[in-house]
Amino acid sequence: MLDETNSGNVLVEVRDLKMHFPIHAGVFKKRVGEVKAVDGISFDIFEGETLGLVGESGCGKSTAGRAILRLYDITEGSIKIDGVEIGPTPQPKLREMRPTMQMVFQDPQASLNPRMSVAAIIGEPLDEHTDFSKKEKREKVLGLMDAVGLNRDFANRYPHEFSGGQRQRIGIARALALNPKFIVCDEPIAALDVSIQAQVVNLLEDLQEEFGLTYLFISHDLSMVRHIADRVAVMYLGRVVELATREELFRAPKHPYTQALLSAVPEPDPSLEEKVERILLEGDVPSPSKPPKGCNFCTRCPQVMDICKEIDPTGKEIAAGHQVACHLYADT
Amino acid sequence: MADGAEPVLNVRDLNTVFKTRSGSVHAVNSVSFSLKPGELLGVVGESGSGKSVTMMSLIGLIPSPPAQVSGTGVEFGGMDLLKASDDELRRIRGARIGFVFQDPMTSLNPVFTVGYQIMEPLRKHMKMNKADARRRAVELLELVGIPDAERRLKDFPHQFSGGMRQRVMIAIALACDPEVLIADEPTTALDVTIQAQILELMHELRAKLGMAVIWITHDLGVIAGIADRVLVMYGGQIVEHAPVKELFQHPKHPYTRALLKTIPSVRGERADRLEVIEGQPPILRAAPTSCSFSARCEFCFERCLNENPPRFDVGHGHDTACFYDFDANGPRHQPNMAMTQLAGGVGDAG
Repeated sequence: MLDETNSGNVLVEVRDLKMHFPIHAGVFKKRVGEVKAVDGISFDIFEGETLGLVGESGCGKSTAGRAILRLYDITEGSIKIDGVEIGPTPQPKLREMRPTMQMVFQDPQASLNPRMSVAAIIGEPLDEHTDFSKKEKREKVLGLMDAVGLNRDFANRYPHEFSGGQRQRIGIARALALNPKFIVCDEPIAALDVSIQAQVVNLLEDLQEEFGLTYLFISHDLSMVRHIADRVAVMYLGRVVELATREELFRAPKHPYTQALLSAVPEPDPSLEEKVERILLEGDVPSPSKPPKGCNFCTRCPQVMDICKEIDPTGKEIAAGHQVACHLYADT
Repeated sequence: MADGAEPVLNVRDLNTVFKTRSGSVHAVNSVSFSLKPGELLGVVGESGSGKSVTMMSLIGLIPSPPAQVSGTGVEFGGMDLLKASDDELRRIRGARIGFVFQDPMTSLNPVFTVGYQIMEPLRKHMKMNKADARRRAVELLELVGIPDAERRLKDFPHQFSGGMRQRVMIAIALACDPEVLIADEPTTALDVTIQAQILELMHELRAKLGMAVIWITHDLGVIAGIADRVLVMYGGQIVEHAPVKELFQHPKHPYTRALLKTIPSVRGERADRLEVIEGQPPILRAAPTSCSFSARCEFCFERCLNENPPRFDVGHGHDTACFYDFDANGPRHQPNMAMTQLAGGVGDAG
């Protein structure tokens, strides 16, 4: 685990990343606006660490994850992975760089081809990026299956023969096939049952240790993020509102949204539950196509001030490695 | 709740079997429980544990065939719901038993206004005229905290956000003042901040209306905050049943104990490693002849493989279907008495 003082090597550097999707309407499909799914986020991910990215649905966390891997052509900003700028790189060129960066998807059912056997699914990246012989490939695939805890005998079975947790293991094995450095895990456990979630999270942790992986762990499940992440970024409406180490963020959240979000998590212990002070947020998240003037959170913030409705706060470092974008901390 | 109160709903030995071409699935296996007036009964379990199917079976929402629902009885308001005709059931559903489903988008009709959908049960069940139904609909929307209710009656479901839609669903379920509200994962599709709003709303509504609620969820955190009593389901059976504090403080079934250990918390100590329950939930091809949790249980011994454990009464209104006695740290030597008592229900000793 890394020290807060940014001593490790930066593996992923994201600066002012914007991902806007155009809205077309009318007979001529005129461009009438845009959904600002990700609206200027910046952070670093250090080698070997796990950065948790949390937020509610629609806050842009998945879009951010996909944009960082350049699954989209981004609107603006810079992304450096392992020192290489990939922001403006055209897609064909990106293909060659894909082995260092991989993704584990949310829905293990939808992300596995039902007509391919497990061995073929896990081996597909190898067909594309290596010139292994058939035998080498088979060895590698079986090795990967061992690594993620799948029985070797199931290599020729098809995805429908597996349970959700096992399917997610197949997805993880596929992501590992090319020895990546950086893996974006987009809600990898959201579709799984509680008792299976823990299995997959432990597996991800073991693999991180074994292969020295760096994760961007996207999730809406704050308690799981607290478990797996070293540092946590909280997103709201396309922006990162707070970024801090796990301990800092869960012990002393600074941004009013983070505070409300943490207080809303139900406590699985009735005696503790009674002590939790809830901050109930009013209303819903505004549409990312029409974010409010000033701070994005000003429409729901319990501590809103006049300045919040006028000026958009920028991220400020209020302690070592603790960034908050809120006017409450403007002076510190 | 007083122990002597007459239950509003008493389910005895309910079984649901799906007959499919590839064999039968025993989704619900001799489930018995009762619901007292004004209490909130939480039902937890993983997907496939039979929690939704149980509730849908008892009010006849499962199409038959393929399903076969059988049991000793489902008593509700002096009637046996298992023997009730379709017409009788239709008069009960929506009027005396309300239902809130998991996904607020798919359970509202997109082509009718929200106002129409709230007024529908009022006009059908309560025989209200249009003006009265309308007035009541506005009242209901205000009750569930939708601002500008009058105007929003004319809106369609897609004009509401997820949390607001779920409020509309709750308003519809509450329309005819049901005695029992069955909420099937009502907050699972919602974000935590919205979920907190809905849970708060539920607290208020229960205080105001005093109905009995069955709250189905897989989230133990939600249960801890809202329930009075909890049923834990696994493999289509109730494996543990206890008042909420008792369950969280002294879980007696290995599944509940393991489940409580696997979930991390955002507060308190952070464990270095998550505890896991190895293995997979069972596939329910036949009626259970052994403990359904035995394959994943660290306390499993011979008896568990040969016999399906009945529910043993362990005191404090707590029972568990397990042959292992955690108080004695060894096999349970209690006589198999719980079964007869439970089958008879709490308020029905004869």
